[in-house]
Amino acid sequence: MIGRIFAVALLAGLAAGLAVSVVQHFTTTPIILHAEEFENKPAASLGGHARVDPDARGLTGGRLYLAHEHAPGADAEGWAPEDGLERALYTALANVLTAIGFALVLTAVVYMRGRPVDGRRGVLWGIAGFCVVSLAPALGLPPEVPGSVAAELTARQGWWALCAAATAGGLGFMFLGPRRWMPWAGAALLALPHVIGAPHPEGMGGAVPPELAAHFVAASLVTTAAFWAFLGFATGTLARRFQLT
Amino acid sequence: MTVQTRQTVRTTAAERAVPAFLALLFGVFLVLGTGFAHSDAIHNAAHDTRHAFSFPCH
Repeated sequence: MIGRIFAVALLAGLAAGLAVSVVQHFTTTPIILHAEEFENKPAASLGGHARVDPDARGLTGGRLYLAHEHAPGADAEGWAPEDGLERALYTALANVLTAIGFALVLTAVVYMRGRPVDGRRGVLWGIAGFCVVSLAPALGLPPEVPGSVAAELTARQGWWALCAAATAGGLGFMFLGPRRWMPWAGAALLALPHVIGAPHPEGMGGAVPPELAAHFVAASLVTTAAFWAFLGFATGTLARRFQLT
Repeated sequence: MTVQTRQTVRTTAAERAVPAFLALLFGVFLVLGTGFAHSDAIHNAAHDTRHAFSFPCH
């Protein structure tokens, strides 16, 4: 059975990862490249967009980082793919691996649930996945363009993981829980990470214009929603074909 | 006329738990590898994916 689970996830992840790479080419990637122009320009040439005062940053106790800026004492940036085709190929590879990872989790949950599934039901599972790893975490940590100001990385990653786990548990209780109290427990779980609150920097004023940053939030969420709907559809269709449930 | 039979083998939740857990574990491992690893090379290779999927980056 483990072989069939992996087969479903590999095929669904490969298809969705390649598809989202094409969509990103028109939605998120142009904004990332545009933002990097501001990120790499010296502050003087930015016409008021770079408002972070290096001295002021010292006052925050070193907890404020401009994206791509290295902490004092860190090594210079290492290998990176060349802009253009090489970068696009590495992004597509990372997309496919991430998609296979998400597909494995989705397939495991669908299999564990043990109810019949098809493409349409798969879309519902996919939308749940979107809520767990994109929509709910975006309330605390909105999608960031390169060059935005953010709190320390490990703290944000920890909160992201907490939020994803609590949202998965909350949705599970809400929609699949057999007892009458479970939807209420689910709602409390959904709210929990946001009551705790995501780590935020103590200042604002990244190098990227707010219009561009705002556009990126929408582009990222819409692209990810389409990705998850397709991943769910592919997983559901393949799970039925492989008689997983 | 063809009659399609769909053979379903009923499994218990306990039987499903082990393969489901293994797949879940491997999937989480993959996502952590591409989206969360602190290695510079992995970060730079997966940079645009991390931003597009809105994983915490940098």
